[in-house]
Amino acid sequence: MNEEEIKNIIFQLLKKIAPDTEPSALQPDENIREVLNIDSFDSLQFIVSLNEKLGIEIPEEDYGKISTLKSLINYLLAKLKSQLS
Amino acid sequence: MTEFLMPSLGADMEDGTLVEWRKKSGDTVKRGDIIAEVETQKGLIEIEVFDEGVIEKLLIKEGEKVPVGTPMALINPDGAEAEAKKETASMKKEVKLQPIEEKAEQKVMEKSTKEIRIRATPIAKKIAQDKGIDLSQVTGTGENGAITKDDVENVIVQKGEISKTEKGEKPVDNLVEVEPEKTEAQPFEAELYKMEKQPVEVKKERALTPAEAIRSAVAAAMSKSNREIPHYYLEKRVDMSKAMAWIKETNRERPIQKRLLPAALFIKAVASSLDEVSELNAIWENGLQLKNEINIGFVVSLRTGGIIVPVILQADSKSVGEIMEVLNDLIPRARALKLRSSELSDSTITITNIGEGSADKVFGVIYPPQVAIIGFGNITEQAFAENGMLGIRPVVDVTLAGDHRATDGITGSRFLGSLNKYLQNPESL
Repeated sequence: MNEEEIKNIIFQLLKKIAPDTEPSALQPDENIREVLNIDSFDSLQFIVSLNEKLGIEIPEEDYGKISTLKSLINYLLAKLKSQLS
Repeated sequence: MTEFLMPSLGADMEDGTLVEWRKKSGDTVKRGDIIAEVETQKGLIEIEVFDEGVIEKLLIKEGEKVPVGTPMALINPDGAEAEAKKETASMKKEVKLQPIEEKAEQKVMEKSTKEIRIRATPIAKKIAQDKGIDLSQVTGTGENGAITKDDVENVIVQKGEISKTEKGEKPVDNLVEVEPEKTEAQPFEAELYKMEKQPVEVKKERALTPAEAIRSAVAAAMSKSNREIPHYYLEKRVDMSKAMAWIKETNRERPIQKRLLPAALFIKAVASSLDEVSELNAIWENGLQLKNEINIGFVVSLRTGGIIVPVILQADSKSVGEIMEVLNDLIPRARALKLRSSELSDSTITITNIGEGSADKVFGVIYPPQVAIIGFGNITEQAFAENGMLGIRPVVDVTLAGDHRATDGITGSRFLGSLNKYLQNPESL
């Protein structure tokens, strides 16, 4: 799975959680939760849906590493890579 | 014969529109069955039945809007033959209050003042009569929802403004309606249809959007609270180190789908503290009435604005994990405005959790007729001194707003002390 595909999945899942927003307009370094106004409950739902879609388990201590679009994509890419190897 | 009544889903609910019967005459029902779907300001609500028996007769037609407390169906507890024909007939008359087809509107306006008992001050009635205002269409802001002189005058002002733009053709009731008038299960499609047909008329004819309906429900409940309840406020800083460590530890062993949020622990801690300070688990209606069940209303904010408060029933008898499961089920449905009647009524206290990354403290407004609301702010790292030592700890500011008619600061203070104790011993919850 490449960066573009992951990005699309992220946008799709975010749109489901925050239907009134436009996730694809997010800048790489913007804080996703702040910009899309996502609370802690929806944030957890997002992490659950990422898990269901990609099979990646994000432990709680890593929440700080996935706050922006850029960091989230890099985090997921690294995880996918390590899963393959 | 038992009457099944239009339930009240909160102090702010005046009426509801029957959208669909889920049961028909002759069906057997048991406690907890969904008998109907009712459109309220808080969305399309599935109404549960609390009696067992056989449905003898459905008294209300789909599409009818009736006040809270109106008999909607007759349920025969034994499933035996109906004998109370007379009873049925008299009830039928009573419930046929407000046919809501648009054509009938004018008639309703003329008749409804006689048919519905309206609470209004004498001066308000006089002005309304003189100016031809239909009191049944006016929202009262006085005591117990009574219509005051100001309410009527507001309507007159609004009516005046409308007449200017609309040549005074239309009745003004749409302006003061607090409930969206919907005759169909697909109100938006109906709206769209209307818009296509009569683009110019839309603004004055349209029903409230769900967001507007919620807004006006919140407005009604909060105005009533502010008018009637003398609030007192308390605040306590609570060290969350142990609670957060416990959540982290617990979550490590849980699959993602079952991870806990601090909110679940807060709810459980409040429930346990209410076991100790039961005066706050109560309602104020002609005096303080303590409640046995601890049913905690949890404020859910809607993305389109407004809030809705579903209830976690018997929270004290649920584990933190079970409370989290309830939240996982309730919150998405609350946001979609798809709750059941039992999930919107019967709460005995409210929690508002302003949540991560937001304000540090929240001072709540009590949801009547409850007597307290507990507010949890953002959990932040703060300098915290204990036993002569200063450290950086996760801290949450917990507030309590209490009804001073019902309890005193000392009671609230005991409650916050108890809550702190539980949050310092999360494993005991």
